Amino acid sequence: MQPGMDHLDALEAQSIYIFREAFARLKKLALLWSLGKDSNVMIWLARKAFFGRVPFPALHVDTEKKFPEMYAFRERYSKEWNLDLKVDYCPPIDAVDPTLPPAARSAARKTEGLKLALNKYGFDGLIAGIRRDEEATRAKERVFSPRGLEGGWDVRDQPPEFWDQFNASPPPGAHLRIHPILHWTEADIWAYTKRENIPIIPLYLAKNGKRYRSLGDADITFPVASTASTIDEILIELEGSKIPERAGRALDHETEDAFERLRVAGYL
Amino acid sequence: MNMIAPTIAPNTILATPNGTTRPQVRIVIVGHVDHGKSTLVGRLLHETGSLPDGKLEMLKAVSARRGMPFEWSFLLDALQTERDQGITIDTTQIRFRTRSRDVVLIDAPGHAEFLRNMITGAAQADGAVLIIDALEGVRDQTRRHGYLLHLLGVKQVAVVVNKMDRVDFSAERFGAIRDEITAHLTGLGLAPTAVIPISARDGDGVADRTAKIAWYKGPTVVEALDALLPARPLDELALRLPVQAIYKFDDRRIVAGRIESGSLAAGDEIVIMPAGKIAKIRSIEGWPARPAGAQSAGRSVGITLDRELFVERGDVIAHVGSAPRDTRRIRARIFWLHETPLAAGASILLRLGNKETRAVVVAIEKAVDPGELASAEAKAIARNHVGEIDISLAQPLAADPYVDNPRTGRLVIEVQGRIAGGGLVLSVDAGQRAVPVDIVPVESALRPDERSARYRHNGAVVWLTGLPGSGKSTLARALERKLFGDGGSPILLDGDTLRAGLNGDLGFSPQDRTENIRRLAEVAAHLARNGHVAIVAAVSPSREDRAAARRIADSAFREVYVATPADVCESRDPKGHYAKARAGVLHGFTGIGNDYQPPESVELTIDTSSRTVSEAAGEIERMLISTGILFDELTDVAANI
Repeated sequence: MQPGMDHLDALEAQSIYIFREAFARLKKLALLWSLGKDSNVMIWLARKAFFGRVPFPALHVDTEKKFPEMYAFRERYSKEWNLDLKVDYCPPIDAVDPTLPPAARSAARKTEGLKLALNKYGFDGLIAGIRRDEEATRAKERVFSPRGLEGGWDVRDQPPEFWDQFNASPPPGAHLRIHPILHWTEADIWAYTKRENIPIIPLYLAKNGKRYRSLGDADITFPVASTASTIDEILIELEGSKIPERAGRALDHETEDAFERLRVAGYL
Repeated sequence: MNMIAPTIAPNTILATPNGTTRPQVRIVIVGHVDHGKSTLVGRLLHETGSLPDGKLEMLKAVSARRGMPFEWSFLLDALQTERDQGITIDTTQIRFRTRSRDVVLIDAPGHAEFLRNMITGAAQADGAVLIIDALEGVRDQTRRHGYLLHLLGVKQVAVVVNKMDRVDFSAERFGAIRDEITAHLTGLGLAPTAVIPISARDGDGVADRTAKIAWYKGPTVVEALDALLPARPLDELALRLPVQAIYKFDDRRIVAGRIESGSLAAGDEIVIMPAGKIAKIRSIEGWPARPAGAQSAGRSVGITLDRELFVERGDVIAHVGSAPRDTRRIRARIFWLHETPLAAGASILLRLGNKETRAVVVAIEKAVDPGELASAEAKAIARNHVGEIDISLAQPLAADPYVDNPRTGRLVIEVQGRIAGGGLVLSVDAGQRAVPVDIVPVESALRPDERSARYRHNGAVVWLTGLPGSGKSTLARALERKLFGDGGSPILLDGDTLRAGLNGDLGFSPQDRTENIRRLAEVAAHLARNGHVAIVAAVSPSREDRAAARRIADSAFREVYVATPADVCESRDPKGHYAKARAGVLHGFTGIGNDYQPPESVELTIDTSSRTVSEAAGEIERMLISTGILFDELTDVAANI
């Protein structure tokens, strides 16, 4: 962090740099818009990077099982933010590896949906809002992360990445994942959302003693006990919490390595 | 346990969410494989109260289920593959807090095979902890990591001597290791900030000075981390704004990039390197609002200039009087990660800031294994070794020696689209031309001034770009006739004509079009260097390709945009191409589609629908006079005719 900049300024500047590198070095980009707090911050950062515009499509891979509040948010802000919104749907559950535990299988369906969308549009770069602090395997990610032809992640053979020099040449037919907010934490996201006045889905705020910390499919995402009904209160809650963010996401907890298996197969 | 950050009152948190006013330091833990890095990290998390609820219990349960004793390293080795092999293969990042710092801890693998991951982790760090097994002592990977820290520019290193329990907490053994590593690191200019005896497994020396190491009077690991300083300020150095991109989303032409050092403000007089063009900053742009005041190092900004200059990605903006040097030759100290050793003559892709250029390794000056005690020098730099090399660049770029500016004084080398090495710029030879290996160009017998005295002009490339039917060839022929009539030496290079011969092997794919333009530009630039005025008439629809042509011809390049309206071009249709394309029998034809990218900044723009051929050629001639190609006395002669 440099003098004259606070922590959030430094995070923002780094993310803008990553966005601009991706836009300069890849030909066909899309931003994965999950409608959650992280991807809304990403869109905001993209607009900062490109002076009010998002110069690539916002892709929502829709499981059709999201909360109604999420669909309402999508309709409103895709227009208000002038996004080139592309909605693509996931295949039926039967098309997915039946050996996975139920919630993981449901999430793997999303991976299949993503693969279909990739084939359809031929994107060479997908911008995704994962963060290192979310989950141990995500901590090992690169900012520019090559994916195989099948969309898979080879954690054993990641190229070196240093000094903000990124590996941006995916082999023909493969693509890159770009992670502009990899270095942010959950608290950073909230503090920035508040500072920049970025709209959020109200499900994140507590109602009747419960709130969602992370939003996924309605049938495999559960609220956590909380009285935090404003962003300020969320920040206070996080300061004292040692409960992991994805505690309400069933797919992380079914087996020890369920999440890693998903990621190797191309899940975010 | 006295190092856990004190509870902060809620209202303080509101003002500074997640402790954002506390300095953040990023620390990498390095050292030989199995010397206990992951164990130390696990222990640190526990000692600072940073573990999520249930994490320790979950891992203990996993260990029990697998029938193995619990290890602190399991906390980090969350990946299945790592648990199975018992080694860290990639970096992991963990956050925790000490009394006065937010710490981002980067655990890097010690295994030689994963050095690229160690470098990925260490390059992000403000400080490092180098761990040494008390029983094994300093090993090759200890030395290698020490050397790489020095190369990566990490200036603060604390050394921990781990597994003291296995040497009965012997002060003597500790002293021997301390002296050996201190001498080694000091030799690299990297004196350790502390050398600490610990047992990561049992906790001695991590957060507390236990009775077993009562003889040790220095800081604990947590105290040593607390004393590391955050990244050093870069805003005191000279301004360096590498250009990431030029955006023209609306009527603004925004030059975007991150300020790597120094600061800038609207009104500043700047110079764009390597070309050396001067301009003033008109405005600093931003969304949702323009930022107020000066912007300094670390900020990603967008600026507009007070004049239309050719600026491209990879250029570096600096203040007049403190600009970086422009060069085609660099000497660098590098580390090499690719399995094929780097040898003299190797063709590489070099990245420095946002600049990318092809380059050739002219010479390998030193090549050593930093893990070995007695270095045997080699002629090529093997994987995981380091060396000093001389690089000759295909394009000039702006760079600083690393000692002057750590951000614009470092580079990476790419092989087959993948980063294969990196290093520090030791020196730049300003203004030197590239020296291709094994190619000995034969210099012309004539001096440039001999030719220009005869032709009364300097060499130039006049590049006519525009839609098919815009009048490029007609204009080129008129200009050729005019210059020849004045005693000059014009040479016409028509895109279609060259496609019949030199470029006969090329089609119309984007790659082939790019290669077509490159060859045209190389031939034209050669003619220009020998005093002729090469007049190129080529659609050249890609802005990027034309920018490449400009780089090749350099200061001799004069771009003329023949901006005849598209409907006029189609109605002329001199070669019948528009009709064929409309009929669907000619594919990939520029003009019908939307694939012509008009220039953003050219020396001259001409619409041939509103003037005669002779008037248009006259405009080009005047431009060539005003930009120093045609000599002034020629104007006088012309005026008197």
